[in-house]
Amino acid sequence: MTALVLAEHDNANFNAATLHAITAAKAMGGDMHILVAGAGCKTVADQAARVAGVSKVLLADDAALEYRLAENVAPLIARLAANYSHVLAVATTTGKNVMPRAAALLDVQQISEIVAVESADTFLRPTYAGNAMTLVQSGDKVKMITVRATGFEPAAAEGGSAAVETVAGASDSGLSKFVGRDVHKSERPELTSARIVVSGGRGMQSGDNFKLLEAVADKLGAAVGASRAAVDAGFVPNDYQVGQTGKIVAPELYIAVGISGAIQHLAGMKDSKVIVAINKDEDAPIFQVADYGLVADLFQAMPEFAAALQKQAAA
Amino acid sequence: MKVLVAVKRVIDANVKVRVKADGTGVETQNVKMAMNPFCEIAIEEAVRLKEAGTATEIVAVACGTTQSQETIRTALAMGADRGILVEHDGVLEPLAVAKLLKAVVDREQPRLVIAGKQAIDDDSNQTGQMLAGLLGWAQGTFASKIAFDGEWLHVTREVNEGLEKIDIKLPAVITTDLRLNEPRYASLPNIMKAKKKPIETLKPADLGVDVTPRLKVLKVNEPPKRQAGVKVGSIAELIDKLKNEAKVI
Ligand SMILES: Cc1cc2nc3c(=O)[nH]c(=O)nc-3n(C[C@H](O)[C@H](O)[C@H](O)COP(=O)(O)OP(=O)(O)OC[C@H]3O[C@@H](n4cnc5c(N)ncnc54)[C@H](O)[C@@H]3O)c2cc1C
Ligand SMILES: Nc1ncnc2c1ncn2[C@@H]1O[C@H](COP(=O)(O)O)[C@@H](O)[C@H]1O
Repeated sequence: MTALVLAEHDNANFNAATLHAITAAKAMGGDMHILVAGAGCKTVADQAARVAGVSKVLLADDAALEYRLAENVAPLIARLAANYSHVLAVATTTGKNVMPRAAALLDVQQISEIVAVESADTFLRPTYAGNAMTLVQSGDKVKMITVRATGFEPAAAEGGSAAVETVAGASDSGLSKFVGRDVHKSERPELTSARIVVSGGRGMQSGDNFKLLEAVADKLGAAVGASRAAVDAGFVPNDYQVGQTGKIVAPELYIAVGISGAIQHLAGMKDSKVIVAINKDEDAPIFQVADYGLVADLFQAMPEFAAALQKQAAA
Repeated sequence: MKVLVAVKRVIDANVKVRVKADGTGVETQNVKMAMNPFCEIAIEEAVRLKEAGTATEIVAVACGTTQSQETIRTALAMGADRGILVEHDGVLEPLAVAKLLKAVVDREQPRLVIAGKQAIDDDSNQTGQMLAGLLGWAQGTFASKIAFDGEWLHVTREVNEGLEKIDIKLPAVITTDLRLNEPRYASLPNIMKAKKKPIETLKPADLGVDVTPRLKVLKVNEPPKRQAGVKVGSIAELIDKLKNEAKVI
């Protein structure tokens, strides 16, 4: 029994989010291989080979795979899957885009966003925005799985020394072309891996007001997130959205500012270790999940928060 | 251009879902049902394409129980021209739905299929990608903008890093993200008109599709509950608690 894990990367760096899927793959109880599909991505394969517990890295280095277009990557996965008991990917937008297509090519029912491995064929996954935890057993020949990163600790990035084996046979379907990416460069930690997240909602009133959050976030070394309402209103970009249909986060500390606490938002953050809510409405549902609640106007509280942290840092 | 839209009937997004005491699923008795919100966005996009003269006909397809007719009626009231119900009483997993949709596509020959990115009940996020795979078509998932350009479609996708732009060849499958559009409410006259629009009913067997589930649901449980904590009176108190009690800053 061997599990294959699809590496998340940008052709230069192995993305640490993959390490969560690797932990899930190891829980299946057999060997674990990593697939690096990309273009000019040899260094990624070398990084993958050092991950603790990996026994082989498959390197598919082909121009057709440069941007992980689903039409080109899915057939490769489907072909390689014949040699594996499980194929796993972390549930990023890349994994979510590619894996179901590969599963369909294999005539396999994928299991999405698992948070626990009960046995090699039985998995726990949240449904209904995390309001129902569903334990499912798969009878398919290959288990096609996406992994919710917050459900599994990351595997150690170092300690392995696997051989890198080249796999050929990727090709361009001609069906799709990558055009470009609009990426928001930030010095702050990445939202899904940050130790602290400060998120703003509709109560922020404007994108400009997010500076109030950023001031606090920067003093805490935190990432900045948002509710759907804040994204829909154009205050912040789409990749800030935390929730059922955005990013799932579980930091040590989550600070929700001007966010009411709709089910769909809670689905993305309720597994955080400590939750703080700052809201002027004392009946806001967010207070039902908050460890510490402050009923206050954020436009007073946030500058005060930043100033107090500043003072402590100076002392 | 004919456009096919996949619509799913789900528990309304505003309902607090409750797990059944026997652990077999969630409570659906006397619970408000609605069209999956991402499917509303899919219908809206199709209707806008028709208003712009790009789409000529919109076919709304739902797979599920007889009650899914209501969901199709909603789609018709929003502007779809006709409906197809693939009627089945049991569980339909995304792979089975994708196979049913493929069979309908083979009959209807649309140039574009629009699905939601995710059904808010099973939270699978699979069906559109699976359908594209089965058809051997291009896929533009998590779309926040689409624009036609001859045989190609420009798609802006919401991805983890921000936005991604791709071009995909027609025929294609699109899955909708939240920012693609804001769905309209059906007007009363349109709701009345929708009652006269045709809905064809088929069975999986008519389409030659085996929909036997691949997954066995062993148990459905409530998630662990979080306890509400305490209210603090000031920022100073909050910082003190975070430092000395929770020890997270
Ligand atoms: C299909 C679907 C998917 C969805 N996916 C997501 C998702 O992934 N993530 C998500 O977040 N939502 C999602 N939603 C939306 C969700 O249902 C809520 O509408 C949304 O989370 C509300 O955002 P909010 O809390 O910022 O806004 P609101 O609910 O409007 O709350 C704003 C809060 O700010 C407070 N406030 C206002 N002014 C101040 C002030 N000066 N000081 C302090 N507090 C103030 C108010 O008291 C209020 O509680 C989804 C909805 C649907 C239907
Ligand atoms: N039973 C169904 N009938 C029609 N369309 C469906 C059905 N299930 C899923 N879909 C479509 O696939 C999308 C994604 O669903 P899922 O893959 O289940 O998250 C939905 O938004 C619908 O467009």
